[in-house]
Amino acid sequence: MGFLEPNIGTIFWMSIIFFVVLYVLKKFAWKPILNALKERETSIENALNSAEEARKEVEGLKADNEKIIVQARKEKDIILKEAKEIKEKIIAEAKEKASAEAQKSIEKAREQIASEKAAAISEIKAQVADLSVMIAEKIIKTELEDKSKQKEMVKNTLDNLKLN
Amino acid sequence: MLKDSWKEKTFKFVGIVKFFTRFAMLRIYKGLLFSLSLIALSFTQVYARHHAHKGGHGIEDHGDEVTNLGVHHEPGEFDAGKFVIEHVSDAYDWHILTWKNKHVSIPLPIILYSSHPELHGGKKFFVFMSSKFHHGHSDYKGFRISHTEENDGKIVELENGHEIGRPFDISITKTIAGIFFSVIIIFWIFLSVARSAKKNKGKAPKGLQNLVEPIIIFVRDEVAKPAIGDKKFERFMPFLLSVFFFILINNLIGLIPIPPFGANVTGNIAVTMVLALFTFAITTLSGNKHYWKEIYNPAGVPWWLKFPIPLMPIIELTGVLTKPFVLMVRLFANIIAGHLIVTVCVSLIFIFYSLMGIAGGWGISIVSVAFSVFILILDVLVSFIQAYVFTLLSALYFGMATSEHH
Repeated sequence: MGFLEPNIGTIFWMSIIFFVVLYVLKKFAWKPILNALKERETSIENALNSAEEARKEVEGLKADNEKIIVQARKEKDIILKEAKEIKEKIIAEAKEKASAEAQKSIEKAREQIASEKAAAISEIKAQVADLSVMIAEKIIKTELEDKSKQKEMVKNTLDNLKLN
Repeated sequence: MLKDSWKEKTFKFVGIVKFFTRFAMLRIYKGLLFSLSLIALSFTQVYARHHAHKGGHGIEDHGDEVTNLGVHHEPGEFDAGKFVIEHVSDAYDWHILTWKNKHVSIPLPIILYSSHPELHGGKKFFVFMSSKFHHGHSDYKGFRISHTEENDGKIVELENGHEIGRPFDISITKTIAGIFFSVIIIFWIFLSVARSAKKNKGKAPKGLQNLVEPIIIFVRDEVAKPAIGDKKFERFMPFLLSVFFFILINNLIGLIPIPPFGANVTGNIAVTMVLALFTFAITTLSGNKHYWKEIYNPAGVPWWLKFPIPLMPIIELTGVLTKPFVLMVRLFANIIAGHLIVTVCVSLIFIFYSLMGIAGGWGISIVSVAFSVFILILDVLVSFIQAYVFTLLSALYFGMATSEHH
């Protein structure tokens, strides 16, 4: 079985060849290949990292947007509420004012009416007095045209006074 | 001998446990197949010997020529044992096919250094093509490809026609040529990937880069990082990646049976030995104070295991040496087993042909081919697994050598 013994010549050549292979591959193959691999891995890792960062940023923006929207909605609600309140307030105020004004005018009218009434009454009274004086004058005038009548009346009056 | 050391056993690494349980069934199955194929192999050798005797093609035992089954066969007769062993063994030329008793092969350069220049015309250093030997049939300049049992298939020096020993032999054999070819492919793949990695810096990978990068990332993130630790793994990455892809590509090339593919590189024990020695050397050189203290004075062990007889240090030191040995044997055995099973399956066709005639050959070929395809697919899986295991264990050893505390 000759193939079980290592042959000196084969060992000699194999040592030289393998040493050369090792040297050449190390210098001209493994170095650039492993460097390129490493470089690519780091660049892929960087790209992935930056993508992750960008994703996070976008997510942050989204969250911000949502926040802004929520806030805007809240503000809108508040504004609407305020507006409603103001509206109600204004209406209530207006109503109050209107009713007060109405009351005031009614009062005024009433006062005026009362004063007018008083004036009218006093005028009527004066006129009534005048009229009654005039009527009385006229009656007296007519009554006391003849002397008999005047005497009669005085007599009547005196009669009455006697009774008293 | 193959038993892992005490420390390695206690080193609980969830990944390996998971991994081995997952592939335990597969390994048992493959082991069964391997032993079956070895039984078949020994049977064919016995059969062939028997046949050769009966055929009466004189086995004449001359003093210097020891019986060798292959040599004494009638041309054209199939010897399964020789076929299988030749397939997984190294050779001086790259055999492509044999056509009508003519060998077609790629000749490879032979490089020899002899300490006996007087036998070879005064020269010490020789470089020539293996075709000069005519497939081992003739001698050249005082050298011969031996057929003796001791040096079968190796080049020996001759003195007056007698083999006197081996010269220093650094020939480019089939395995070495296969390594050169695979290294060309490895350089082509990884230098072009590196070029496109430089060009596409920071961009998505393209083409070949796409195929290779996931494996590199796997070795980095699943093997080196958990085994060595986040801080120190980068120092060992070049070795781990080189060893992983060297083993993987050679495993896969070894499965393709057409030259220039198909050389049995990772199934050669010298090759796996060098790889394991590299791991051993790096482990030893990067071992820190804590690592050496754990070997020579392991903490948490009763003093009487250390003092009069340094039992624990001896065991630990043995562990240091068995680790690379295990790496060497595991890769070698796994790959050669796959090759052996496939070649035995194929040779079954010829065995059945010679036993039962042409019908037997055709009949068994369906089973054999189906089985070979199945084993080859299994071997693709094994190629990845073995590359992974070698790298993972190397990484674990580096992790042990550089760890600060438990």
